[in-house]
Amino acid sequence: MKIKKGIPVIDQGDTLGFWGGKFGGNFVPETLKKPIEDLELQFNKLKNDKKFIKERDRYFKNWIGTPTRFIKLNNLTKYIGGAQIWSKVVSDANGGAHKIYNATVHCLLAKRSGKKVIIGDTGAGYAGKMLSMAAKKFGLKCKIFMGAKDIKRQQPNVKAMKKNGADVIPVYSGSQTLVDAVSECMRYWVANCDTTAMCVGSTVGPAIFVRICGWSTSQISRELKVQLINEFGKVPKKLKLYNCVGGGSSSFGFWNEFMDYDKKQVEFIGVEAGGPSKSKRHAAPLTYGSKIGILHGAAQYVNQNNDGQIEETESISAGLDYPGISPLHCFLKDAKRARYTAASDEEALKAYQIVTKYENLRPSLEPSHAFFVAMKEAKKLSKNTIVIINSCGDAYKDRGILEKKLGKKYVKSN
Amino acid sequence: MLNPISLAFKKAKKERRPALLTYTVAGDSSKKQSLEILKAISNYADILEVGVPHNTPVADGGQIQTSAYRAIKNGIKMNDIFKIVSDFKKSKNSKPVIFMGYYNMIFQYGENNFLRKCKKSGVNGLIVVDLPWPENKIFSKKCKKNSISFIQLLSPTTSKKRLKSITKDSHDMIYYISMLSTTGGKLKVSPKKILTNYNKIKKISSKKNCVIGFGITEKTISNFKNTDGLVVGSQICKEITRSLSNRQNPVINVSKMVSKLKKKIS
Repeated sequence: MKIKKGIPVIDQGDTLGFWGGKFGGNFVPETLKKPIEDLELQFNKLKNDKKFIKERDRYFKNWIGTPTRFIKLNNLTKYIGGAQIWSKVVSDANGGAHKIYNATVHCLLAKRSGKKVIIGDTGAGYAGKMLSMAAKKFGLKCKIFMGAKDIKRQQPNVKAMKKNGADVIPVYSGSQTLVDAVSECMRYWVANCDTTAMCVGSTVGPAIFVRICGWSTSQISRELKVQLINEFGKVPKKLKLYNCVGGGSSSFGFWNEFMDYDKKQVEFIGVEAGGPSKSKRHAAPLTYGSKIGILHGAAQYVNQNNDGQIEETESISAGLDYPGISPLHCFLKDAKRARYTAASDEEALKAYQIVTKYENLRPSLEPSHAFFVAMKEAKKLSKNTIVIINSCGDAYKDRGILEKKLGKKYVKSN
Repeated sequence: MLNPISLAFKKAKKERRPALLTYTVAGDSSKKQSLEILKAISNYADILEVGVPHNTPVADGGQIQTSAYRAIKNGIKMNDIFKIVSDFKKSKNSKPVIFMGYYNMIFQYGENNFLRKCKKSGVNGLIVVDLPWPENKIFSKKCKKNSISFIQLLSPTTSKKRLKSITKDSHDMIYYISMLSTTGGKLKVSPKKILTNYNKIKKISSKKNCVIGFGITEKTISNFKNTDGLVVGSQICKEITRSLSNRQNPVINVSKMVSKLKKKIS
């Protein structure tokens, strides 16, 4: 399996939407074929339309607030004593996470196609919060599907969604987390696709949703490349980009612009959620060698039993708590462009404690997974290696969990 | 020679009525009971759709989800489902069986293995909800080679051009989804509109047996007497749920319901 140079990875799928001949595709009910085809036509046209790009960039700049900061973590670098540790603070973006890029683009597309309602799924609540913000901004009605378990553990984001006027629809089926929210959202779209637009919250789902999301979050690496050149005069010789991977939207966006660089120069490290260290359950299909299966319309590595029933996952971070993984990451893994590993719940918490102790930065539990691995590896790396962690979410939403696990002092400053 | 599915349609046509197709989930609420249900409704229905339960169904509404989760919770496995069918096929009044499910279950079993097992246990046809045309081209050919009907789905959103290509590639039976809905939704389109679309399909491929499903219940079924076949699913699953919560025997209640459905279209 090989990645082609000079062609965006989102456009490297075959005519049926498969990357590397086997990941992705469109395993959807007949009813959704037409709306998906319509969206494909619209997106393929608009992504090359200068006026549309200009419009997108205007909203990204004036409303989302690009570029987000690229900062050196001096204290942490000193404490670890190895590579230089930097962070791309994507949580600076309006709303506090990378999900805003995809939400904004989907609302722009919905608006142009004359849809009045937009629906979306959410796990940690960020995708839902951002979609509700963007929907409000663009005058669309918004419905968010969210697992009942996630509603309980991510209350700050639920409140934000409601404040933005969105209907938050609890999903009680299955494990009551993200996987069920996505299923329910797709079911709702099957029944209402004539009037309603759907936004899939990550680089998952039928191929077109993978592409739109990857295209949107790539803003992160576009900014980073400019920032690197401003800082170092060029893209550094030894660069390592660490990112947590749940569905895979922030990591794909963080890496995309550097795809054609040799991996010896720019290495991609994806960190999945290993779950509680004492539990067999996890949300790390790439790390633990899950088999290829079909989930939410796409072929991907996915946690499942021998029969093909999707298995329940377990992770402290709702945003990574998904049994599958983007077809893009399956492709990057098999093409050996990116390396994947996992961090446990406990390790993520530990990383959160260290980062907040040494730096004025509060990564949410999702990027805390990436911080753990980055700090562990940075120790053994030379001083001229540049390690960058995408701090793609803010810990505000996690304060309930952090207070319970670590005590009040870790959330006081919130 | 006509295959058992086509024969069932032929028989119904002779009796000047649409064929009655039922949908129940394999293993709901137990392996034994779902077999008993199949045997009982087989007295009235012409073709039996057997749902292969899956835990991330993207096209099923609440009633069928409840049945599927119940079956999975009770430990149903793919091999048990094949066993249910082969046991059913040994009963004296058995009818053609169509599996309805999601592609991952087939993919994990291996397409060739799955088809071999279907043939061996007596499955006559397959409906794979999330394997649309043209993605299903290769698999549907494999089915044909194994004398298993691959049933293509059509929906109100299917364009005319697609309709032509799909029906061209379809086997003896096609399935028209009556409206934009998951299974078990209330009929939100007028029967007249549904029949207009149905007739469009028949005009393009008059020889194929076209059934209508989604939103067909005791209340609505008599509106569609002049069709090749009708599928009732969610209402039956709902009846199983209702019977269980009232501590009644689902086998008796479901069989009563199917007998009533049959009368309404006879």
